[in-house]
Amino acid sequence: MTVSQQSPPTDHLIPARPMRRNGRWAGFTHLLIARMKELKREPEVIFWVFIFPLLLALGLGIAFRNKPANVTSIAILAGPGADRAMSLLEPRKSSIHAEVLDQSFALQSFRLGKYDLVVEPDGNGGFRYRYDPSRPESVLSRAEVDDALQTAAGRKDPLPTTAVTSTEPGSRYIDFLIPGLLGMNLMNSGMWGIGFALVDMRQRKLLKRFVATPMLRSDFLMALTSSRLVLMIIEVALLLGFGVLVFHMRVLGSLLTILLLGAIGAIAFGGLGLLTASRAQKIESVSGLINLVMMPMWIFSGVFFSYERFPAIVHPLIRALPLTALNDALRATILQGASLASQSGRLLVLVLWGGISFVLALRWFRWT
Amino acid sequence: MPVAIQCRDLRKTYDGKVEAVCGLNLEIEIGECFGLLGPNGAGKTTTIEILEGLLEPTSGKVTILGHDWQTNARELREWLGISLQETRLSEKLTVRETIELFSSFYRQPRSSDDVLTDLQLNEKADAWVGKLSGGQRQRLAVATALVGNPKVLFLDEPTTGLDPQSRRQLWDIIRAFQRNGGTVLLTTHYMDEAERLCDRLAIIDHGQLIAEGTPADLIDRLGGHHVVEFSVSGNSDGAKLDAWRALPGVDSVRHDDGLVCLNVREPHRTIPALLDAVHNQGSQLLHLTTRQASLEDVFVRLTGRHLRED
Repeated sequence: MTVSQQSPPTDHLIPARPMRRNGRWAGFTHLLIARMKELKREPEVIFWVFIFPLLLALGLGIAFRNKPANVTSIAILAGPGADRAMSLLEPRKSSIHAEVLDQSFALQSFRLGKYDLVVEPDGNGGFRYRYDPSRPESVLSRAEVDDALQTAAGRKDPLPTTAVTSTEPGSRYIDFLIPGLLGMNLMNSGMWGIGFALVDMRQRKLLKRFVATPMLRSDFLMALTSSRLVLMIIEVALLLGFGVLVFHMRVLGSLLTILLLGAIGAIAFGGLGLLTASRAQKIESVSGLINLVMMPMWIFSGVFFSYERFPAIVHPLIRALPLTALNDALRATILQGASLASQSGRLLVLVLWGGISFVLALRWFRWT
Repeated sequence: MPVAIQCRDLRKTYDGKVEAVCGLNLEIEIGECFGLLGPNGAGKTTTIEILEGLLEPTSGKVTILGHDWQTNARELREWLGISLQETRLSEKLTVRETIELFSSFYRQPRSSDDVLTDLQLNEKADAWVGKLSGGQRQRLAVATALVGNPKVLFLDEPTTGLDPQSRRQLWDIIRAFQRNGGTVLLTTHYMDEAERLCDRLAIIDHGQLIAEGTPADLIDRLGGHHVVEFSVSGNSDGAKLDAWRALPGVDSVRHDDGLVCLNVREPHRTIPALLDAVHNQGSQLLHLTTRQASLEDVFVRLTGRHLRED
């Protein structure tokens, strides 16, 4: 290399005539393109934003899938009477799976949830049921086994009854889960995609470098938000598409309504992300802050299970959380085909969270 | 000559206690390459960031090209090219994408290809920033400052941590910008950089201007362009310094790291006298060198410390 001695071509270092002119939106467009390219080149982003929610949906969807014909597993304690119980249950073996086991093994397996019920012959021709009243499947199992034993032993029902079964898509666990995962994903990627990204840029002094140029600060924030909206569309399409293709989920609401809802959710959580990132100088401190903000919503906002399980007195508080509002609105539109207007209360919750955070964030935000 | 950068009685106090800049006056003309020289923590970065409009001064007035930051920030941003100390640009964008991004912020930027050529980054145009060497990153940082076609270039420690060849490459780029009429303000704690690159210098310590002028001026003011450094056997305590000062042609004397340093106008008169004096004392000369005085000597003379005491 001989560069040390050689002067670079210098005649046009300051050209008499500039080469080109930039329009009003050049900065915004380039910021958005640069952000999308960066995200695309970051394998972690692809995984956490797109793949992880699908894996979660797949895993939980399989684990909690509805069993084909509600089979209950029971243990019968070995001893006199066990064989009689087995033969009495024989006609119902399509719905009751029974095994004869010795006492200690049976009780231990029951504790671990492998069996829903333990049947103990009492030695006088009768049986004793051991079940757990706090486990719904244990309670059901007791009723079913009792019915089977009594009928087989000759009980005559005074009233003839028949039943037909009906399992509609829309009422299964996976149908409940997918909109919740979608809401959670919009929260995660909004908080990390905006909050973490901003603090990272601040720590690298890139924010300061940007404001040392004529770049419009509003363009920068708009570009960051727009990149979230683009990702949101992909997130919605992937999760819903996955639900429809793999779990034959039925999407009743219009796609446009769902996307609008997604956009409002993404922007609301973007505002919250901006607020958490407004002062923090280090990514370590903003990571803690983001987790602190999201933690209550993971638990209370009905992602994996309905918040109806919490005491009724806290329901108003839970419904005031932005993720609850988003999840409820997503479930209403996706599963019940609700219109956007019917969700105005929930939308208001989202808009208030996003709007107030955004205003506060702009007041406190540090570019340097 | 019209003034490019001017500041009057600039002060910056952090948290009401730490005085980073205390009453600085500077005037930099259009077309000049001006250096802020000082040790780490002297207030160089605070000063340059106030001039760049990135920090609010506690008090004082800043004018850039006749405009101030309160009323004309947007125009000024179009005219200035800035390279901060230690900006980490996005690692997963390519060199060209980074330059294009920065050029999109200006109304009338230069073409990215020209800038790539000028900064010798053509070969690396499609490489990710994360894959660049230190010297290439620093040139890219300067490229993002030059792409807006600035009138004034601010460089905060542009060559810190670079190898000698990368430093010279950057010096060439800065000189070329200046040759075309650009004004440069840079901070450095490298003496040789200041001496070679800058038309004028301000030496700053503890937030105060302690000397200002051309590199040659400053060395002149030291009195004596030559430095004679020596050591003799036996004790050489402070009292003896007066004896050395009395030698012909000596302007000033100081101790430095076990050596006696004489600032000398005419070494051909001083050195024979020095040898005689040593002989008469009955001691022996253990070490003797002579060299041209440098800015380092100016700095040590003014502050009693070396520039780079880490």
